[in-house]
Amino acid sequence: MFSHTLALLIAVPLFAAFFTPLARRISRKFMNLWVIFSLGISEFLVLVLAKNVIKGDIQVYSLGADFPALTSPDGFPIRIILQADAIAVFMALISVFIALLVGVYSWRFMEKEKSRDKYYTLLLMLTAGMLGLIFSGDLFTMFIFLELLSIASCGLIAFYIHKGESSEAAFKYMVISAVAGLMILFAVGLLYAQYGALNIGALAAAIDFTFLDITALAFLVAGFAMKCGAAPLHLWVADAYGEAPVPVSALLVIASQVSLYALFRICFTLFGVSSAIGIIAWLLIILGVLSMFIGVTMAILQTDIKRLIAYHSVSQVGYMLLGIGVGLALLGNMTSYGIRAMEGGIFHIINYALYNTLLFLAAGALIYRTGVKDLNKMGGLAQAMPFTTIFFLLGSLAIAGLPPLNGFASKLLIYESVFRFNPLLSIIAILVSILTLASFIKVFYLAFLGPKPTEFKEIKEVPKSMGLVMGVLAFLVILFGLFPNIVVDNLVSPAAQSLIEQFQYISAIL
Amino acid sequence: MISFPFIIAISLISLGFFALVLKRNLLKLVMAVHIMGSGVNLFLISLGYREAGIAPIFTNAPGLNMVLPTVQALTLTNIVINIAIIALMLSLAILIYQHYGSLDTRKRKLKE
Repeated sequence: MFSHTLALLIAVPLFAAFFTPLARRISRKFMNLWVIFSLGISEFLVLVLAKNVIKGDIQVYSLGADFPALTSPDGFPIRIILQADAIAVFMALISVFIALLVGVYSWRFMEKEKSRDKYYTLLLMLTAGMLGLIFSGDLFTMFIFLELLSIASCGLIAFYIHKGESSEAAFKYMVISAVAGLMILFAVGLLYAQYGALNIGALAAAIDFTFLDITALAFLVAGFAMKCGAAPLHLWVADAYGEAPVPVSALLVIASQVSLYALFRICFTLFGVSSAIGIIAWLLIILGVLSMFIGVTMAILQTDIKRLIAYHSVSQVGYMLLGIGVGLALLGNMTSYGIRAMEGGIFHIINYALYNTLLFLAAGALIYRTGVKDLNKMGGLAQAMPFTTIFFLLGSLAIAGLPPLNGFASKLLIYESVFRFNPLLSIIAILVSILTLASFIKVFYLAFLGPKPTEFKEIKEVPKSMGLVMGVLAFLVILFGLFPNIVVDNLVSPAAQSLIEQFQYISAIL
Repeated sequence: MISFPFIIAISLISLGFFALVLKRNLLKLVMAVHIMGSGVNLFLISLGYREAGIAPIFTNAPGLNMVLPTVQALTLTNIVINIAIIALMLSLAILIYQHYGSLDTRKRKLKE
């Protein structure tokens, strides 16, 4: 019964997306329930998949074959293949979970918008794009789902169409995405020209690191790094996250994480140990350090709450690039701290997804009630919105990496292991963390403390469903901070192993 | 030996790239993206070209002397995706023009 899970995971959100406008005809409530129901089904399917895959067996599904496991008739993988290994399932768990929470949150947040059905359609399409990108086993399908993701998120960024800024942000996003997409397609062409295959497993088995391969790797890394919002091409991030509706900003964060996953998939699974590995690893490390530093210094200057969190997202992406980059540098002769660094990087993905979503949604709660985004116009909201205050405080302490919250757990893993690789990098990472804390102290003071402007007299706490979503996230932020070893042992470690074990992947596909 | 179509494809891609970096008009940016897309399409199509090859229908080509079908499928898909992107970008450019009264990226003043 569950042998078609992988195909269903992409089919369910896509079908739900195009059914949503019809559901809107029946009633608004039905549409909202339909969206939440379909995302719930997807989450259930991911959980079913995770149960088998986390243990270490890679699941493959070939589309259009007589039976799903028939990936390579005559020893040649010619079909479109979907695969799920531990890291893919890990990413899918996060993305569908956040999409589900965002769906629940949007119920009240978007209730005043007339074109909610289109909003939900795009939201579900974005989810389908993310899942497709995660599970696709060949490069071209990856490209197609990346474009689906880009186009859906572009539509969502431009959702507030009556504002000039959001059209501008969407235009900027689309230019970057289109160029990134074309770079990736060019690289796919280069690889296909030499090996006559598109399948990642088949390519990884055949690849022999010619000059053209290294060129293709450079294009792929550049393309996915542009999409995941690392410096120096982080320019779209602040505009896009800042101008999109708040729930979308939270989901865009996850979309950028999925691009990051694709980057890791290329570096580890497709190329693996090669002559260029040192350069690529150091490139990732330098990009990571640059993103951390530029992101946090730009964030300190911001007064728009959403742009501020957006710049912090750039800075947090840097931590993951740093952790994984160190892991990649040591891939040839893996040491214990190399694995620790990778676990830190991957653990940071889930932690970052949780607390950054929490921060965006709490900021959204402020915007929902006050109607302003400028921090200088806010103030004294702690009294009126006690729960939101607590949630925001938890999120900002977690992003700054204070114990006992989840940001601390993963950052500690990164600090420790990176220190043994190169002490300077670790010191920069700690410095960035301190600057993050400084920046969030400012936000907290401006928005929640101080005198209350007279026009905010009537402010109330947010609706229950929005509070519930933030509560779930805050609970997980604390839980992952208190018991990091449970998550690391059960989810993160298998994910890191599945990136390192390139041969296991190849033998599962071929 | 590098064949002629590849030179054209690479020059189209770099033309698009430089236009993207140097030009300030939004419509020219859209054109730049489109030119890059066409360059990549040309690159893909010329990858599959075989001299004196025929259309890739297996029964017609017993000697396997046919052009590669996969890259043609890739190109078709990319044309469709490119059209979607260009349409989206043009509609955004219209919206930006309505809000700002200009397509120049340097003249950014919101109309009241």
